[in-house]
Amino acid sequence: MDPGSSSGPASSSGSGLFEVPIRRACPFDPPPGLAGLRAAEPITRRVMPLDGTELWLVTSHDLVRRMLADPRWSSTVDGGLSPEQPLHMTQPEPGMFLSMDAPEHGRYRRMLTAHFTVQRMNRLRPRIEQIVAERLDAMERLPHPVDLVAEFALPVPSLVICELLGMPYEDRAEFQEAARTGVDMTASPEQSDAAMARLGAHLAKLIAAKREEPDDALIGELIREGALTDGELVHISILLLLAGHETTANMLGLGTLLLLHHPDQLALVREGAPGAADELLRYLSIVDLVMFRGAKEDLTLGGREIRAGEFGLASLSAANRDPALCEDPDRLDVTRPKTAHVALGFGPHQCLGQNLARLELEIALQALLRRFPGLRAAVPLDEVPVRENAAIHGLHSLPVTW
Amino acid sequence: MSAVEATAGITVVTVNRESCCGAGQCVLAAPAVFTQSEEDGLVVLLDPDPPAGLRDAVRRAQSHCPTRSITVR
Ligand code: HEM
Ligand code: SF4
Repeated sequence: MDPGSSSGPASSSGSGLFEVPIRRACPFDPPPGLAGLRAAEPITRRVMPLDGTELWLVTSHDLVRRMLADPRWSSTVDGGLSPEQPLHMTQPEPGMFLSMDAPEHGRYRRMLTAHFTVQRMNRLRPRIEQIVAERLDAMERLPHPVDLVAEFALPVPSLVICELLGMPYEDRAEFQEAARTGVDMTASPEQSDAAMARLGAHLAKLIAAKREEPDDALIGELIREGALTDGELVHISILLLLAGHETTANMLGLGTLLLLHHPDQLALVREGAPGAADELLRYLSIVDLVMFRGAKEDLTLGGREIRAGEFGLASLSAANRDPALCEDPDRLDVTRPKTAHVALGFGPHQCLGQNLARLELEIALQALLRRFPGLRAAVPLDEVPVRENAAIHGLHSLPVTW
Repeated sequence: MSAVEATAGITVVTVNRESCCGAGQCVLAAPAVFTQSEEDGLVVLLDPDPPAGLRDAVRRAQSHCPTRSITVR
């Protein structure tokens, strides 16, 4: 029997292939069927149910890392999440280095690495602590129940990005609103296009102001370094916003819900377990079914022959629960030594903002749990609305009380 | 080639700044051995011949590095 057959019927595309299992039965766990595939056939031909594209689904930790580190697998891909936009090779906008390959990717990445080092991010700590404390103060004043996603998980990362980019205080509310709609996968295409246009206009205004008077925040410094055009700066800013906003927000929302299910682990996070952020990232793998690549040339992976032009999908959630990665991978243990998890990707595109993400998660979760020691969900845990089929896995809302 | 190498001692660590993407995994794993340059954010080797007590940390840095820019002999 096909090990993935529990995931759904054979595709209707006529290829006779089974589908990629994409639906999580439990919001914290990989879609059922992936574990069986990982054990039996860690690289296998499947069809994406969302857009009908046939691709190579890769599920083991070893093969996922090999694939993501291999420059013959191109990142210049787009689509894959709807029938209107099937997976295809693309020509990215200048500055959108997430979708570029070497050498263009490296040129942009290298301009940014100095601004995202461990040391640099640690210098942002007091500002992040202040942003978090202000949001917790605001939450305290609200009538119960409070939606943790709207009042805490979403605003914290967007305010941190405002801080990083150097957005003036008076513009932040409008910027946040545009950003929220722009990255909201449930918004209609018209709504998100309009929001992205407003966002672009905001950023263009910000960049013009910084050209006049460059400050010490990221945009000001990149302008002073002098190598980027305004168009590139806008796209880099949008990339940072898209990559850093929803991801961190969903980690905060879903991470809190996960901890509410595991009171012993919650207590350890409140006490400041140093490895908690990485273990939560590993366990939840919120970026999962969007790690697409396209083969630039014929190659072999895991004994399978891949032809130039074929697509691949690295399942980060399956790789992060691979018994080859760590002991007892399906157990949440915030005290485990840091694993070589792939929740932040692998290879040259591994998350640029990872040290900011770790800092935000550590500061925000610890402060939340300390401020509200009696924090609990205001609805039964299994009634919390989960985002289905979203590019980034998370919650719509999380009503809480304390 | 931009690799930095040291030949003395038991553990010999090498880093490749050409392939490094500045993720900082090595700094998290072994901050006494690796840092990131303030100039370009790429890896800088602080101790090419770390003491035996840091061997596991250096191995972890090597295995977590996303661009396989660290070699240990
Ligand atoms: C909190 C959770 C986060 C998760 C789970 C996450 C995950 C990821 C993953 C899996 C990739 C690799 C994408 C690929 O290879 O195609 C990536 C890339 C990236 N991330 Fe993150 N990220 C997070 C937070 C952030 C933050 C806070 C920022 C910045 C402010 C950020 C900025 C970026 C950028 C710019 C890239 C593209 C890097 C490149 O292409 O070289 N991320 N992230
Ligand atoms: S872990 Fe690897 S890629 Fe990251 S900074 Fe260190 S050497 Fe560079």
